[in-house]
Amino acid sequence: MPLPRAAEKVELLQGTLDMLILKTLIFGPTHGRGIANHIRQTTDDLLSVEHGSLYPALHRLEHAGLIAGTWEVRGDVARELKYYRLTAAGRKQLHREQSKWNQLVAAIGRVMQANEGR
Amino acid sequence: MGWPFHRPRPRPSDAAIARELRDHLELEAAELSAAGLSPREAELRARQRFGNVTVVHEDVRESWGSLWFERLRQDLGFGWRVLWRAPVFTCIAVLCLALGIGANAAVLSWTEGIVRHPFPMVRDQARLVAIAGTAKGASGLDEMSWPDFTDLARGTSAFDAFFVSKITGGTLTGGDRAQRLVGQLVTANYFDAIGVRPMMGRAFLAGEDVGRGAHPVTVISYRLWQDHYGGSRSIIGTTIHFNGVPHTIVGVSPEGFLGTFVGYAMQFWVPASQQAVFDASYKLDDRAARWVEGFARLKPGVSLAAAQAQINGVASTLEAEFPNADRGRGVRIFPIEDNPFDNAKVLKPMLRVAGIVAALILVIVCANIANLLLVRALARRSELLVRRALGASGARLTRQLVTEGLILALAGTTLGVVLAFLSRNMLGSFFAPRGGATLVFGADFHWRVLATTVAIGLVSTLLFALAPALHAARVDLATAMRAIAPGAIGGANRLPMRAALVIVQLCLSVLLLVATGLVVVSLERLLATSPGFAAANITTTGIDLVAAGYDTARAHRFHDELLARSRTLGGVSSVALARSLPFSTRPYDNGPIMVDGYRSAKDEQPTADYNAVTPGYFKTFGVPVLAGREFSTADADTSEPVAIVTRALAARYWPSASPIGRRLRLRERWMRVVGVVGDIKYRSLDEPPGMLFYVPLAQQRTAYVLLFLRTSADNAANGIAPAVGGAIHAVDPAVSPYEIITMREQISRSTAAQRILVTLLFVFSSLALLLAAMGLYGMISYMVSQSARELGLRMALGASPAKLLALVMSSGLRLTLAGIVLGVAIALGTTRLLGTLLYDVSPRDPYILGGVVIVMSAAAMLACLVPAWRATRLDPMRALRL
Repeated sequence: MPLPRAAEKVELLQGTLDMLILKTLIFGPTHGRGIANHIRQTTDDLLSVEHGSLYPALHRLEHAGLIAGTWEVRGDVARELKYYRLTAAGRKQLHREQSKWNQLVAAIGRVMQANEGR
Repeated sequence: MGWPFHRPRPRPSDAAIARELRDHLELEAAELSAAGLSPREAELRARQRFGNVTVVHEDVRESWGSLWFERLRQDLGFGWRVLWRAPVFTCIAVLCLALGIGANAAVLSWTEGIVRHPFPMVRDQARLVAIAGTAKGASGLDEMSWPDFTDLARGTSAFDAFFVSKITGGTLTGGDRAQRLVGQLVTANYFDAIGVRPMMGRAFLAGEDVGRGAHPVTVISYRLWQDHYGGSRSIIGTTIHFNGVPHTIVGVSPEGFLGTFVGYAMQFWVPASQQAVFDASYKLDDRAARWVEGFARLKPGVSLAAAQAQINGVASTLEAEFPNADRGRGVRIFPIEDNPFDNAKVLKPMLRVAGIVAALILVIVCANIANLLLVRALARRSELLVRRALGASGARLTRQLVTEGLILALAGTTLGVVLAFLSRNMLGSFFAPRGGATLVFGADFHWRVLATTVAIGLVSTLLFALAPALHAARVDLATAMRAIAPGAIGGANRLPMRAALVIVQLCLSVLLLVATGLVVVSLERLLATSPGFAAANITTTGIDLVAAGYDTARAHRFHDELLARSRTLGGVSSVALARSLPFSTRPYDNGPIMVDGYRSAKDEQPTADYNAVTPGYFKTFGVPVLAGREFSTADADTSEPVAIVTRALAARYWPSASPIGRRLRLRERWMRVVGVVGDIKYRSLDEPPGMLFYVPLAQQRTAYVLLFLRTSADNAANGIAPAVGGAIHAVDPAVSPYEIITMREQISRSTAAQRILVTLLFVFSSLALLLAAMGLYGMISYMVSQSARELGLRMALGASPAKLLALVMSSGLRLTLAGIVLGVAIALGTTRLLGTLLYDVSPRDPYILGGVVIVMSAAAMLACLVPAWRATRLDPMRALRL
């Protein structure tokens, strides 16, 4: 895995991946595998998160205090797993990211429609 | 990532991260097997999807904490373990680096302490200038007179402050024994001007520097206070006797302040009003007596040129106003690093060359270590391959190897600074001690010096570690995993980087050897230069009767009795007294002269050096009397004043006639020329003879004289010294002589700069030669070991050992030839930089170049011979099976 190329790719996806993780966690705490599955399932397999970037992203968000990880036994799995949940700061951050994202989508959408109109 | 307010969370342990990733794999495997895959297949698929667990693990770790720091810590830890496991390599590399970096640190700290920032604790030294007098027609510089200096201070506005500090010696009397001290005569504003406050008591008050003997006060040094007074706090207001004259101690200088003279640590300061206590006559009112070592501080923003222009204006006013004293005289200012008064000027050119030498030696060291690292990188090939295969990127490996270099450089820099610190006082040992003064050529470990040293360490890391690291990290998995193909012999071109490094070392070693040869030969020629007198078998010592409280008449009687006694000592063939000592830091007396029958140009004031000597001086020195006669006892203070001129002076002022019977005027006194003697060198061996004449000591009495004895045997100093001391003691037990040395030694001391350079270059060029030979040896050995198979094959096919020897040797000697040719070419172009440090030798001296080529070739032969010989001893069967 040559470093420069990876760095470039992460740069491109990072913001979006972080936002997707935060959004996923709004539905309740889950583990890394659960987050990956959720993203894959909700996008009908369109987006599949690379594990190589998922876990570093989770830890980055945890380090930044946007999510918090705890080892606990939950739900259907009968053993301790690391579950992540949103913190208050994470909730605010998600809010910001979401509105930014909406603006971006709207802006791009307008540009694309203008093109069609011609 | 800007979340400054959240509570810092600890990074999860490696175990926790590993567990989390493992959980993921297991969950995924479980899902897959639930979907119908066999457990084994499910696990394999999960792993495949996940990718490189180690890399992800590392990336997760790096999500926590600042990335580079964490990596650096890891790399440092790993690098340390790697180096620790190869102690021999590590020690050699660190030692070499310490020598290379230490040499640079030493030169930097010397330059800082001696040239750039020569006076400890004195403020704003960058704006300090030294002020010296010039005379039309004379090439050198001299001092100024007190009246001229004070007029200069009044007449200019470009300076914040003017001050005088004139080095002088005195004998501390009182108590049970006399102690010789060195101190400075200063203006009253001295301590204010240099921004040094006495740690106890006061500095001098305005007006304390005027009035003959009016203000017998002194500030003593911290050292003297400690050594002589045991640091007693009640010392202020007590009396200390200098040369028998009581002075009141008004202050003690702070610890670490050494005065304003490079070379000696001053022990006391007295205001200039006390000048006559330390010299034969009172000179503060005498515009023609030039003795003031003046300094001034430029106002901020004033350029040297602007200040000099202003000074020139005042100087020409003085010349017009006082034509008798100042005709043809000018004043020049120098930045403090070109201070003409102290020993810094001797050392500056030496330090410049030393700086270049140190830089070269560091490059050689770096080339050597780079070579060692390349070898190691090859030896570590398997380790690097495994790490590469495990997912470490090329950049990561490069960083790791550079970090190892950084550890080496760090250790080398630290040790180098320690070495430089240990040698901080080394330069002092090349200079003559003066009286009881402590010699100080202190290095200054200013932060600038340390910062530069660290920078040098970092740059050398780049030099020696980066190239090998890049080289090693370029390991291509596919080709490297294949068996390493054994190389063929003669392949220096197969190892281009190593060959280049070896050539660099050889070439720079040649350069250093040439420089060494040049300075050694010039020192030899310098010392072999005839000073114009027979220096062998002359012993000398100084006798200071001023210090012992003699008046002129008593001094006269003492001199006569001493001469009589010395003459009877065993082995002494001739004795004399004189006012001045050749090759001493104390210059000959100098004065304006007027010459019978010589019409000087309108703005020219002829000046000449003179020495007062007793009859027998020329015989003792072996100076030929070319015309007329020597002085005799008949030339007394009651008879007609006479003089003997040197050939150079006679040729200058009486070019076409005999000077005998003509008259010469020194200041207000006419003297008849009775003889012409041969020229001597007395300032330095590499200067042409100066304008010099002699007067009889009886007609120019002085209380400070030097005794010269010609003995029958050489190395007379050791044998005769006690007898000389005894003779002086017998005349007056209260008088103790200065150091008793031979004139040979005295002359040799005047070559301090050259001797320092010879020592330095000798040590470093030997080191360079050794390193270059090592580099070559390592390279050829490696080549032999890599091509063992080919050598074995050749042997099996019937190549004779001699042929194999020649084969290996030729590849080594090709490198040597390249290095030597390059080195000689660079030497031809650059040794001119040695400039003034060379004497009577061409920078392109063919014999020296030839000698260096021979030495270098011999060393290279030796270095190649060992591995070449080893090549001939290969067992062909074993080698082929490799």
